[in-house]
Amino acid sequence: MRMNRKDYKGFWLGFPGMFWLLVFFTLPLLFVLFASFMTKGTGATATLPFTLEHYTRTLTVFGPIVWRSVVVALLTTLACLILGYPLAFFISTRKSPRMRLLMLFLILLPFWTNFLVRTYALKSILGPEGILNTLLLKLSLITEPLALLFTQFSVILGLVYGFLPFMVLPIYAAVERLDFRFVEAANDLGANDWDSFWRVIFPLTLPGVVAGSMLVFIPSIGSFVTPDLLGGTKGLLIGNLVARQFGGRGNIPLGSAISMVMIVLVLIGVVIYLRFGQEEASGRG
Amino acid sequence: MASRSQAGMEINQGKLARDMLIRRLGNFGLLLSPIVSYFFLWAPIVVLIVFSFNDAASVSVWRGFTFKWYQQIFAAGSGDASFVTEKLLEALGNSLFVSLTASLLATTIGTMLAIAIHRGNFPGRRIIDGLLYVPVVIPEITQGVSLAIFFRIIFEYVQTMTGQRLTPGFATIIIAHVAFNISYVVIVVRARLATMNTNYEEAARDLGANNFQTFWRITFPLLLPGILAGGLLALTLSLDDFVVTFFTKGVGDDTLPIFVYGMLKQRVSPEINAISTLMILASTVLIGFSLILQQRGTND
Repeated sequence: MRMNRKDYKGFWLGFPGMFWLLVFFTLPLLFVLFASFMTKGTGATATLPFTLEHYTRTLTVFGPIVWRSVVVALLTTLACLILGYPLAFFISTRKSPRMRLLMLFLILLPFWTNFLVRTYALKSILGPEGILNTLLLKLSLITEPLALLFTQFSVILGLVYGFLPFMVLPIYAAVERLDFRFVEAANDLGANDWDSFWRVIFPLTLPGVVAGSMLVFIPSIGSFVTPDLLGGTKGLLIGNLVARQFGGRGNIPLGSAISMVMIVLVLIGVVIYLRFGQEEASGRG
Repeated sequence: MASRSQAGMEINQGKLARDMLIRRLGNFGLLLSPIVSYFFLWAPIVVLIVFSFNDAASVSVWRGFTFKWYQQIFAAGSGDASFVTEKLLEALGNSLFVSLTASLLATTIGTMLAIAIHRGNFPGRRIIDGLLYVPVVIPEITQGVSLAIFFRIIFEYVQTMTGQRLTPGFATIIIAHVAFNISYVVIVVRARLATMNTNYEEAARDLGANNFQTFWRITFPLLLPGILAGGLLALTLSLDDFVVTFFTKGVGDDTLPIFVYGMLKQRVSPEINAISTLMILASTVLIGFSLILQQRGTND
């Protein structure tokens, strides 16, 4: 045998963790992959023969919802970027370390409050009798309550609210690592702030932007609670489709196929991250 | 010649004015973004806290100041509290039980795995290394439904083999939570291992300490900030989890997020504002504590 005792160093130490990951994470995922090619049996079961029908159904009947999920996730990512980049830049360029810590703390604190509670708080603000509408009505800016809740807008707002810190933190780290002498050099060479931002600062912080975008895009595309509570029937996303298929009168093979499509969408994001997020990072050495 | 340089000067002045405008706009935007962001992040929470003192069953109309929702919560168990409050606190208790057990298990197993991967040398180490990132990128709902299928199949199999009828409950929730928490613990602990100085361990061995002594007296104390940070991360992820719990729970044993979800689907009762405020207070203490730990961790 090529393997002697030394080749197993640490194996038993890591065994419980590896066992747990393989049996309670990887194996169930393989079950889903398997089930997605099976035929729906009676009730919530799956039987042979193998079929591709659930995949064709996912991409045809549910195609619009899949597409909408991608669009919503992209818009959420974009909104987080527009809001989060200047915020991260502002925080990481504060001189006092205490101030930086405090500002980060104030971003993380809402994030540590239960997700459902935060979604509920947002819902109570956006509702037809919510604070926002009440306020706007009292100020006579509107004559009847705006339909803010149960729209695509409220879903995106909820997602941005939930995932903004994921965008801010990697960008903060990237800006903090940025060597501002490059910016000074650009300014000395006649670049204005616009040029030095787009040609120096932004490219150098791109790994943070890509990392943040992935951290927002992935949970957005798989989100289930936010569209369920803030989206109503018009805001259904792919996650709600999956959940529905695993409910009472569901179709498990179909739900599995939709899950697999979701995983593929996430993996596309991961590939983009590995290509662009890392290349830049290693390029900076 | 003179006129040409004059023209050059004018262009430069035009550029200067434009550049100054860009700078002013940039500075304005840079100042505006934190104001907008912090307002956006905090407004819902402030509303929540304010309305926890609202003397009305509504969550949007102010009727006057009261402590009654807090009194309800603290009166629980004495028979004075409402049914909803009792249920809410039961759910909070379940949440604490599940998340403490799961994070303790995940931290122990995860720390072991982190050391095994970092220091060990066994076949499949690299595969496990890659596999660790799967729970981080896979959407929660996929993990939830995959475990739902998994447990159903396993339980059916057990029933046909032994006649024993198993049902999902706290055990399945905890198994699921540990499954997604291990990765986060390993990632945090490994970061600590990577920056850790091995000289102390070598010195201990040179001075005659065995593996056991070296680990408990040197390695473990040095790793502790990383282990605690990983454990706190696991605790909060577990405490906050709705989706995975939703798909692995049995009938009746609700955690707090599950209970809140049920409430949001039916009728919102104002106690939720008070209990949320208390939770915000608790997480403030917890996050402050973890920040102090991390500060300490980077200082030594």
